[in-house]
Amino acid sequence: MNNTLFASSSPHIRSEESVKRIMLDVCIALTPAIIGSIYFFGFKAFKLILLSVVSAVVFEALTQKALKKPVTIDDFSAVVTGILLAFNLPANAPWWLPVVGSAFAIIIVKQFFGGLGENFMNPALAARAMLLTSWPGIMSTFTAPGPDAVTTATPLAIMKGLAGTEATLPSLSQMFVGNIGGAIGETSSLLLLIGAVYLLLRGVIDWKTPISFIGTTVIMLFLFGVEPNLIPYHIFGGGLILGSFYMATDYSSTPVTPMGKIVFGIGAGFLTALIRVKGGYPEGVSYSILLMNVATPLIERFTRPKVFGEVK
Amino acid sequence: MKLDNLTFKGGVHVPHHKELTQGIPLKSAKEPEMVIIPLQQHIGAPCDPLVKVGDRVKVGQKIGQANAFVSTPVHSSVAGIVKKIAPMITPTGMNINCITIEADGTNELDETVKPKGSLESLSSKEVLEIIKESGITGMGGAGFPTHVKLSPPPEKKIDTIILNGAECEPYLTADHRLMVERPEMVVLGLKSIMKAVEVDRGFIAIEDNKPDAIDAMRKVCSGETNIKVVTLKAKFPQGDEKRIINAVTGREVPSGGLPMDVGVVVDNVGTANAIAEAIKMGKPLYERIVTVTGNGIMEPQNLIVKLGTPFKEVIEQCGGYKGTPGKLIMGGPMMGLSQFTDEIPVIKGTSGILILTEEEVKPQPVAPCIKCGKCVQVCPVHLQPLYISKFSLNKKYDKAEESRALDCIECGSCSFICPAKRPLVESIRVAKREIIAKRKKAK
Repeated sequence: MNNTLFASSSPHIRSEESVKRIMLDVCIALTPAIIGSIYFFGFKAFKLILLSVVSAVVFEALTQKALKKPVTIDDFSAVVTGILLAFNLPANAPWWLPVVGSAFAIIIVKQFFGGLGENFMNPALAARAMLLTSWPGIMSTFTAPGPDAVTTATPLAIMKGLAGTEATLPSLSQMFVGNIGGAIGETSSLLLLIGAVYLLLRGVIDWKTPISFIGTTVIMLFLFGVEPNLIPYHIFGGGLILGSFYMATDYSSTPVTPMGKIVFGIGAGFLTALIRVKGGYPEGVSYSILLMNVATPLIERFTRPKVFGEVK
Repeated sequence: MKLDNLTFKGGVHVPHHKELTQGIPLKSAKEPEMVIIPLQQHIGAPCDPLVKVGDRVKVGQKIGQANAFVSTPVHSSVAGIVKKIAPMITPTGMNINCITIEADGTNELDETVKPKGSLESLSSKEVLEIIKESGITGMGGAGFPTHVKLSPPPEKKIDTIILNGAECEPYLTADHRLMVERPEMVVLGLKSIMKAVEVDRGFIAIEDNKPDAIDAMRKVCSGETNIKVVTLKAKFPQGDEKRIINAVTGREVPSGGLPMDVGVVVDNVGTANAIAEAIKMGKPLYERIVTVTGNGIMEPQNLIVKLGTPFKEVIEQCGGYKGTPGKLIMGGPMMGLSQFTDEIPVIKGTSGILILTEEEVKPQPVAPCIKCGKCVQVCPVHLQPLYISKFSLNKKYDKAEESRALDCIECGSCSFICPAKRPLVESIRVAKREIIAKRKKAK
């Protein structure tokens, strides 16, 4: 044998992990909620999700082509963004809303900041915030589940007193299953939690952020004087489950340090409770995550783990 | 004290692949016709040859020695004629002066190879001297001269000896078979080390994926009051010195420090066996157990190979390559050294010869970092490999230094786990080299 063997620096083996597998896992985890939203909101939900996903993928490919970067739509990350964006829309949103949202999420928030792993904000959430400020009427008119487009109030709006005196809160079980008004993907806590368990078991997400996020929200709501019997409505009635398990766990816009993940969750939970109780909006999950996204580099700096054997 | 299921924070579960050889008993390799013995097989000063071309040497004869403290002699593994003394390529990748000896097949033993008496009859000084004269180095792979490790400065009070039987590298089973087949030699080696360092607390730490080795060691240790066999959770890099100290004693070796800073000396079980052989048989270190394994070899085996035997011959004895070899590695797949040729000799640190198939080592496309943080989770030193790597790739070595690149033990867990297949430890190594070079320059 001559000297032709391939030599390189160790390690010589790699795990089965891949970016594609991770993104695919997120898609799998979101599938029950997708099916649920179509079941509750009908074809309208299906149309919005499809439009959102397709436009996210197309915009990703077009931007990468235009920027002369390798096209990486096969990593499924644009699909995840598309689904999450659609999940934040009300059922009777017009067809162009997800398209505009996807364009903003993918082109501006994701690709202009360097693409996958470099975005400093969660693209789907940033797009939601943009849509909410640009078309507040459309974005906060929710319809009840079912084929008829009956306008309804979300439990959070009802609790906030924004829905008039005749509106009553749905039953807790209805709310947990998702048979209530709200954005198409965030209503069913049950289906979202099934997916979250899958992600936790697969090691895709870490429990630290969601648990500290939800825990802090509950504690702060309690301290702000929210009646204990209303607190379950706060947990399952808005975007808290979707936000804490699927958005606050976004890799590139949240801390990598173990302590940082907890700090992120606590901060987001505090802000969520603050906005919901003291702010003008009935819902505060997305803004609190976005604010914490911006604080992430700072959090990472102050939560660097102690290196083994380090003497401080 | 807890004796089972010990572990450390971080680390990664790597497929073991030990089934290829863990049940195969030790067997002596075929006598080599020619051996190439490098004059430096250890960390420290290279040896000067004690023989010249044309000399006849015997098995176990000292053929190289250095006067430096951090060095250790080398011995001939065969009886025969010295053919050549010249620099040759060795598995560490360096060109090193090597003594080539043509074996005459007599295997005549050198006069110095004779039992040194019972351990009880020897003083700790004498034990140390035997270890030094027998050319014993760390058999786990790093190859640090053992007598140096066992001679801590007087201000460092050692109270614990740990024998490392973790063998956390996938594929390797050399230590495993040794513990199953020669547990009494391992214990004798441990007692010798305890005597040399004058310590009365010894542990033998074994990963729990080797139940037969644990049973065998516990059986021979049942009457020992000062020696305990402890089990470790199978997780990479459990066999790293600082990780094993942490798991067994709970102590944390300070950053940049040595095990002796926390009163511990760690030696490999293979090293203990070599010490036992040196005392019981008077045998210097001229052969060792090598696991020849991987899906790229026909018949994986655990062979006792004479040092200096070319890899090529060892591989041929194991039925040769299965297909075209993808990678030839000395050691395990996580920290082993890949070789560009098989015309290199087995040395004191050759714990394994691993051949991976082309399919197994196919380079995978590198994707951008997605900041998933898996490297942070697995890093046994609790670093943030993604950022150090980024600094290194951008040539910001001072930033890498601030991020404590020098604490990296280069175990490769980060690169292994990375879903984007990024060269994390590879780039951190570059940063470490640059930082050390800069520090040297500043001096």
